Amino acid sequence: MLGYAVRRIAGTVPTLLILVTLSFFVIRLAPGGPFDQERALTPQVRANLDHLYGLDRPLGVQYLHYLDGLAHGDLGLSYKLRDESVAGLIAQGLPVSAAVGFAALVLAALCGVPLGVWAALRRGGVVDYAVTALATLAIALPAFVTGPLLALLFGLALRWLPVAGWQSGDPVYLILPAVTLALPVCAAIARMMRGSLLETLSASFVRTARARGLGPWRVLLRHALRPALLPVVSYLGPAATYVFTGSLVVETVFALPGTGRYMVQGALDRDYTLVMGMIILYGALTLFLNLLADLAYGWLDPRVRHD
Amino acid sequence: MAGSIHGSGMIETRALAATSPPARSGVRRLRENPAALAAAAIIVALAVLAVVGPWLSPYSYEALDWQHLGVPPGLTASHWLGTDPLGRDLYVRTLYGLRLSLLIGVLATAVSVGIGVVWGAVAGYVGGRADSWMMRTVDVLYALPYIFIVIILATVFGRGNIAMLFLAIGAVGWLTMARVVRGQTLSLKRREFIEAARATGLGTPAILFRHIVPNLAGTVAVYATLTIPELITYESFLSFLGLGVQEPRASLGSLINDGARQMLTAPWMLLVPASVLIVLLLCFNLLGDGLRDAFDPAAR
Repeated sequence: MLGYAVRRIAGTVPTLLILVTLSFFVIRLAPGGPFDQERALTPQVRANLDHLYGLDRPLGVQYLHYLDGLAHGDLGLSYKLRDESVAGLIAQGLPVSAAVGFAALVLAALCGVPLGVWAALRRGGVVDYAVTALATLAIALPAFVTGPLLALLFGLALRWLPVAGWQSGDPVYLILPAVTLALPVCAAIARMMRGSLLETLSASFVRTARARGLGPWRVLLRHALRPALLPVVSYLGPAATYVFTGSLVVETVFALPGTGRYMVQGALDRDYTLVMGMIILYGALTLFLNLLADLAYGWLDPRVRHD
Repeated sequence: MAGSIHGSGMIETRALAATSPPARSGVRRLRENPAALAAAAIIVALAVLAVVGPWLSPYSYEALDWQHLGVPPGLTASHWLGTDPLGRDLYVRTLYGLRLSLLIGVLATAVSVGIGVVWGAVAGYVGGRADSWMMRTVDVLYALPYIFIVIILATVFGRGNIAMLFLAIGAVGWLTMARVVRGQTLSLKRREFIEAARATGLGTPAILFRHIVPNLAGTVAVYATLTIPELITYESFLSFLGLGVQEPRASLGSLINDGARQMLTAPWMLLVPASVLIVLLLCFNLLGDGLRDAFDPAAR
């Protein structure tokens, strides 16, 4: 198990390297640079700036220089936000993004699993149709639609929750962004849970458990639920990725000071180092979360052993 | 190009005729799915409205009506769905945005279906080392945060370039299609008629495009229908962030962004384009699910 984890972590390094290389060169293909402004700089100032940040050197040299910094844990300085290092910006933004993302995942799992179980137990009934229909709706809708609509309903019309913004430590500001992110994940979990529980309930070991005279709750909780949870657990990896990339939208909609905002701002400003830093952060998170989901899968299903 | 489309169409009908029992039962299953049929009807209606609708209004999508700034929906001066604070007619702008979103979604899907089918069919049919490298590439691209790639491509190609925008979205939308097509190709290539084609001395490209690809038509149609709403979402998302369609043009995403900013004073600016996008995405998903259930029962 430990050996497997180490090998998987080692396996992410080449993927990350490809990601870094690809995005490094693709971003620089773009016309324009970080020092293009409304008011053109004099050629001398421009040359000095380019020299200071190493932009006048050949692209290959810049790339090697960046990799060297990366190997030492240095993500470089932001070109646009003066006096800010990319690592510093990540350190400021990540707690906010992580809080929203974590809240969304927990919310999605806590709502999705019971809803899916409920729908499966009432197969063909009103609850089943309602859950299935709502899930289809919630999966189809992107966060940039549900976010503003939720803000309009709960923030402006009902005045229950703040429309946007962030005050550290006040969880009220977390609710709408977390719900926005959680909705499609919750729907997907409910749908998946319903399907896999229906499948498990028709399996022979469940029939045996029933034949032994066990009550319906005992059959459900002790026998059927655990194997039925497996697909949900393996979905948590992609779900976490969705939540982290979704933070980009939600942070724009609800004006949260998280890392997703820097990605958009960096892309608009051609802030090479900032965009690179965000890509590395999100890429590494994605790979790590998928690994966690795989390990959890092995732990839940004794038939799957990673060695 | 026209000839090849015509040709593959003929082969497709022949292929469908040869396998008529499953195809016919698929059509029957689709007929028995009222949600999918209603969704298809609504999509057609929306498409017609997007093309014809703007002519019914006396306003153009960029005309400023200084007498009617920020008017709520009603019958005031034929601004049926109200205006924005600049006096631009929301009915016309929403339908214009719908047209652009539909166009980009469908064209980008065509691009991604094209890439995905060729990539998957070649990988599956040629096999061996080529297959493992091609599918490894797909795996690596899958692992990358998808929406960031779209953002990077959109910045590279420059803001507001619509042709490049749909290329950028389509170029990253082909991964699922490539996987599905490869899987189908793997099972197809062991069938007798492919062996027969090879025995007649047909070359690999000919077998691929005359025999493999036409037989994938059903599967491809199903996943293309599911790709359209996904790519419409990406386009709207980019436009929402300000990286896609630029003013005075409008897409559903940029209209929703405008609406979200004016939520306090003009909530209709959010509600109108948001409802259109919701209906559109929901219908495409219902139709795609219906098609998949009808023609690809194994995937259920």
